[in-house]
Amino acid sequence: MTTARVCGLLLQSNKCVPRRIGVVSRLNRQRSAKGVHGLIRTGAEIIWECLEHLGAEYVFGYPGGAILPAYDAMGNYGVHHVLVRHEQGATHMADGYARASGRVGVALATSGPGATNMVTGIATAMMDSSPIVCITGQVGSGLIGSDAFQETDITGITLPITKHNYLITRAADIAPSLREAFQIASSGRPGPVLVDITKDAQNGSCEFDWNATEPPLRRPERRFVLDEARLAEALDLINDARRPVILAGHGIILSGAERELLAFAEVTGIPVALTLLGIGAFPAKHRLCLGMMGMHGEAWVNEAIQESDLLLAFGMRFDDRVTGNLKSYARSAKKIHVEIDAAEINKNVRVDVALIGDLRNVLQRLLPGIERADTGEWRARIEASKHESAVRDIQNLPDDGHLYAAHVIHDLWRETHGDAIVVTDVGQHQMWEAQYYRHDKPRTLITSGGLGTMGFALPAAIGAKFARPDAEVWVVAGDGGFQMTMAELATLVQEKLEIKIAIINNGYLGMVRQWQEFFYDGRYSSTPLLSPDFVKLANAFGIPGFAVNARAQVIPALRAARQQAGPALINFQVEQEDSVFPMVPAGADLHKMIRRPTPLVERVSDV
Amino acid sequence: MSERKKQHAFVLYVENEPGVLNRVASLFRRRGYNIESLTVGHTERPGVSRMTILAGISEGAAQRVEANLYKLVNVLSVEDVTFTPTISRSLALLKIEAHDESRHRLMEVVRVFRARVVDLAPRSLIIEITGTENKIQALVDVLRPFGILEMVRTGQVVMSRGVERPASEDGAVTRELSLEAEASASV
Repeated sequence: MTTARVCGLLLQSNKCVPRRIGVVSRLNRQRSAKGVHGLIRTGAEIIWECLEHLGAEYVFGYPGGAILPAYDAMGNYGVHHVLVRHEQGATHMADGYARASGRVGVALATSGPGATNMVTGIATAMMDSSPIVCITGQVGSGLIGSDAFQETDITGITLPITKHNYLITRAADIAPSLREAFQIASSGRPGPVLVDITKDAQNGSCEFDWNATEPPLRRPERRFVLDEARLAEALDLINDARRPVILAGHGIILSGAERELLAFAEVTGIPVALTLLGIGAFPAKHRLCLGMMGMHGEAWVNEAIQESDLLLAFGMRFDDRVTGNLKSYARSAKKIHVEIDAAEINKNVRVDVALIGDLRNVLQRLLPGIERADTGEWRARIEASKHESAVRDIQNLPDDGHLYAAHVIHDLWRETHGDAIVVTDVGQHQMWEAQYYRHDKPRTLITSGGLGTMGFALPAAIGAKFARPDAEVWVVAGDGGFQMTMAELATLVQEKLEIKIAIINNGYLGMVRQWQEFFYDGRYSSTPLLSPDFVKLANAFGIPGFAVNARAQVIPALRAARQQAGPALINFQVEQEDSVFPMVPAGADLHKMIRRPTPLVERVSDV
Repeated sequence: MSERKKQHAFVLYVENEPGVLNRVASLFRRRGYNIESLTVGHTERPGVSRMTILAGISEGAAQRVEANLYKLVNVLSVEDVTFTPTISRSLALLKIEAHDESRHRLMEVVRVFRARVVDLAPRSLIIEITGTENKIQALVDVLRPFGILEMVRTGQVVMSRGVERPASEDGAVTRELSLEAEASASV
């Protein structure tokens, strides 16, 4: 593909030698005449001027033929461009930036392969409601539809995985579309927007007046009036409930409703269960925090949901990974769904009261009406079921000489005082992170939930570090997923970022192996995985590396890595055939989970 | 949720831009819902088109389709008019074999159905009919023995009857009474 891209540059150099475009556009800029309302600008210049106006500090991108005019104009503007090693990385970086900061992340790529490489990252952002804007170059408008070199119908391809997308063929349309793209990406339920800009639109010029490009309000935002009757219905259910549980999702963080949730839980005394993406929305250390629900949620959380008489779904969407079998899901519970996206109502689970609107707003409306309730008995019951699980927990077992991922995550949590931003990949380590790293603050766990995109961690961590330069950022990845996007190590070094990497290396595609063990009679088809020496690999990029294979080495290695002024990588060689417990098999009843085996980890080799 | 499926009619106002039809149709496609009929045309407002879409889906699916359609940026408004009183029409052109001996009987059928002959050739004629799907289907059934050479049907267009009155005190939206003027013409 690289060859193709170089060829592309050579082919196009017939028409316009890159150096000459530079000269021409700079001349244009100097000559920029004052129009009636604004200055004459090229489309390429307008892209950067808009990004500056829109507050985009960073753009993650990769140049190529159809986006060359934009790259040529870039130098005159104050946006920091991060050169990635693969366009998928650019989208995950924009995504990681958005999740860590709450602001819109921007990715930039050329047409054809540059654009199609973005697809996975766009779908990831769509599934997890992450606000990103992807700008792609497109072949000249006269060539569209001719199967021109590096032409692809990217607006067609990304139609179902974006909130909206644009094909721009005129310089004058760039500013209104980009502004609208930012607005769409960040409003309502956030998500990705793609803006495909033809080369002639970038090269063309027009009068540019920022104030005149404000996107028209295409239609009045759909107002779901929160009528008092619905609120009263919800309040009646809340105040009458005996065994209520709050299901807190990503929407809390997206809406910035953490304080309202805390107040709501504390006044009502209702315990809070979290979705994977909801982790951090409610402090893990809080007495009312139950922990994560769902397929790998703790037993007491799922049991509490199944036994509850009222579920308060706050900014979550009853994903199949949290409900298990819908027919047996919380059958005796009434359900209140507070959600900004009307299309989520009654999608998977029928609810008794739906309050459609911004979560923070709705909670503020509900708060004055809630009554202080005594949930002591209910909470004592949940607490009792915790005890049974705790004896099975790996952390409560003595060191048997084996290194378990749970130990690594637990020690990482202790050493970083729970203050780090942890960016995970997808698989067993992701679930262990969710179980053993206790997040007290929002936006400190960044993970691909809905799409489950392996290879997400490293690039997303790079984006997160740009968003929060003062924060300690850790990548927690498996040996499989890390190899999908490890080329971005070069980006990390080129940008001189201090990111620490923990590889949970079990020599398998662990989660798939676990499913094969449980559901396919242990036939490990294509899950044993050969990996490079990750320490040497890190060294090749100039990154210090550490290897750990015993429990006693975990904390010293973490300390050594944290003491490094720059990046560092630790390869944790953990137990090979460990599994994530408890587990609700896909489609099974939520309370029928595979529990941690007791007694744990005693095997022939230990005797 | 396995609910009973029913023909739902959606009326959409959309921006008249390239790709809008694709966005709307794609929303049905990805959920595996078959569109039975889809018509698009200009409206009294420049740049705004109106779509009428019919699909056989469950009540729950219809609610989510409506909510998802509304999320499309180019969609200005959506209404599921399945349960409101509406006038529904489509048009068909039928080219029928017509010989001297059958032409007279054909004309009689055309008269009864209040259809029109719009083209007359030595061996065939073209009949135009406007009406509800049922009426058109009835005509097709009657004409089949004569020999249908060619047939084209538009999708349905749907318009709600009367004007919606503002919500009364009890919150119920009422619609002014109206009479389907041509109702008696339906066979």
